[in-house]
Amino acid sequence: MIETPGIVALFVMLAAVAVAVARQRNLFGVVVLTGTYSFLMATALAALDAADVAMTEAAVGAGISTVLFLGALNLVGSLESKPMERPWIPLALSLLTGLLLVYGTYGLPAFSDPHAPIHTHVVPRYLEQGLAETGVPNIVTAVLASYRGYDTLGETTVVFTAGIGVITLLRRRRRREEGGA
Amino acid sequence: MSLAGHFGYWATVFLMMAGLFIVISRGNLVKKLVGLSIFQSSVYLLYIVPGKLVGGTVPIVGAGFTVYSNPLPHVLILTAIVVGVATLALGLAIVVRIREAYGTIEEDDLLAADARAD
Amino acid sequence: MRTDVILRVVAKLLIPFALMFALYVQFHGDFGPGGGFQAGVIVAAAVIFYGVIYGLPAARRAVPDRAVELMVALGVLVYAGVGVAGIVLGGNYLDYFVLGSDPVHGQHRGIFWVEAGVAVTVSGVMLKVFYLFAGRGRDPEDEA
Repeated sequence: MIETPGIVALFVMLAAVAVAVARQRNLFGVVVLTGTYSFLMATALAALDAADVAMTEAAVGAGISTVLFLGALNLVGSLESKPMERPWIPLALSLLTGLLLVYGTYGLPAFSDPHAPIHTHVVPRYLEQGLAETGVPNIVTAVLASYRGYDTLGETTVVFTAGIGVITLLRRRRRREEGGA
Repeated sequence: MSLAGHFGYWATVFLMMAGLFIVISRGNLVKKLVGLSIFQSSVYLLYIVPGKLVGGTVPIVGAGFTVYSNPLPHVLILTAIVVGVATLALGLAIVVRIREAYGTIEEDDLLAADARAD
Repeated sequence: MRTDVILRVVAKLLIPFALMFALYVQFHGDFGPGGGFQAGVIVAAAVIFYGVIYGLPAARRAVPDRAVELMVALGVLVYAGVGVAGIVLGGNYLDYFVLGSDPVHGQHRGIFWVEAGVAVTVSGVMLKVFYLFAGRGRDPEDEA
């Protein structure tokens, strides 16, 4: 069975890239590493049978996010961040929080456990009757657009609001005023 | 303690703490946004790893398959990914405006400039 | 990049296929992975690609600012409109089974229009944000 070792290998690569992002000072390098991280995350999601999510993560994370970061870097102008001096307190805080979280995850179900609560509550109904009730074989689309359509309406509104927010922040007037606004 | 059964959560916690460290260590605003996006993507793993069934397949109903991975986390994380990029766009717009107003995006310099202005 | 022959030719070959693939992902999202979000992002990526290779004014001529701003609002209106259509035809808000002759047909219609609305808004917002970031520039040009 090649699935689990492959997933573990992808997780290790993700961790390595995250550490590299933390250590990298050149902002352009940070952006490129973030694109790499998004591609690895999309591959890991595809290995976890999340096809829709992997496609979205690849398009949004590796595509749009990289374009946005490069556009912002072009406007901001600086390409080098200052070196980190004495990062001991953030490091200690992160380690402590991480240990507490790992202790907390011992109560969660193990990997690929078919008796976990997530598989026994409402999802069997979606899987068995989704095709008959909505006529759509892709259960993720059926749940997203039909069973949980309100959530998707809210999310579309969030995207709209973010667009309006960026328009308000970054538009220019006809007569350019110093300091903007 | 099943060490082999919880590796997914450990990967999630490690990535989450890497993102947290990048955010809270003093530094560049753009790098903080990168750390925030790493933090958010670790949450995707937290939701999708428990839904995976080894031997199952993508949750698209088809002939010949009986075991499907759980579709419910996929729906939630689709929303989360798009909301994440919306947040990123807004954050970068604010960083651009900060740069135009203060001339720098290093957090130390920004705090010093604000302290001088008070 | 306007003067690089290889980039221009490859862009001219790839962009139509990318747009076609976005349409495929949108409408085939019922039977395979895909749907509104992915299709919207792929459309935006294709136009951004065009803008990167041929310059922002060329992209602005191909997809004007007004059209993009209209798309941003239109998608949410279409989605909410499907909900209102559910009320008008006798059900609750966002009920799909009243939209067609039989419930499953109504579900198909509802899902189709809802995904179309999502794709329009997502592509509009991604493209508008790119236009704003790329068009800001260091020296002030009088673009509203």
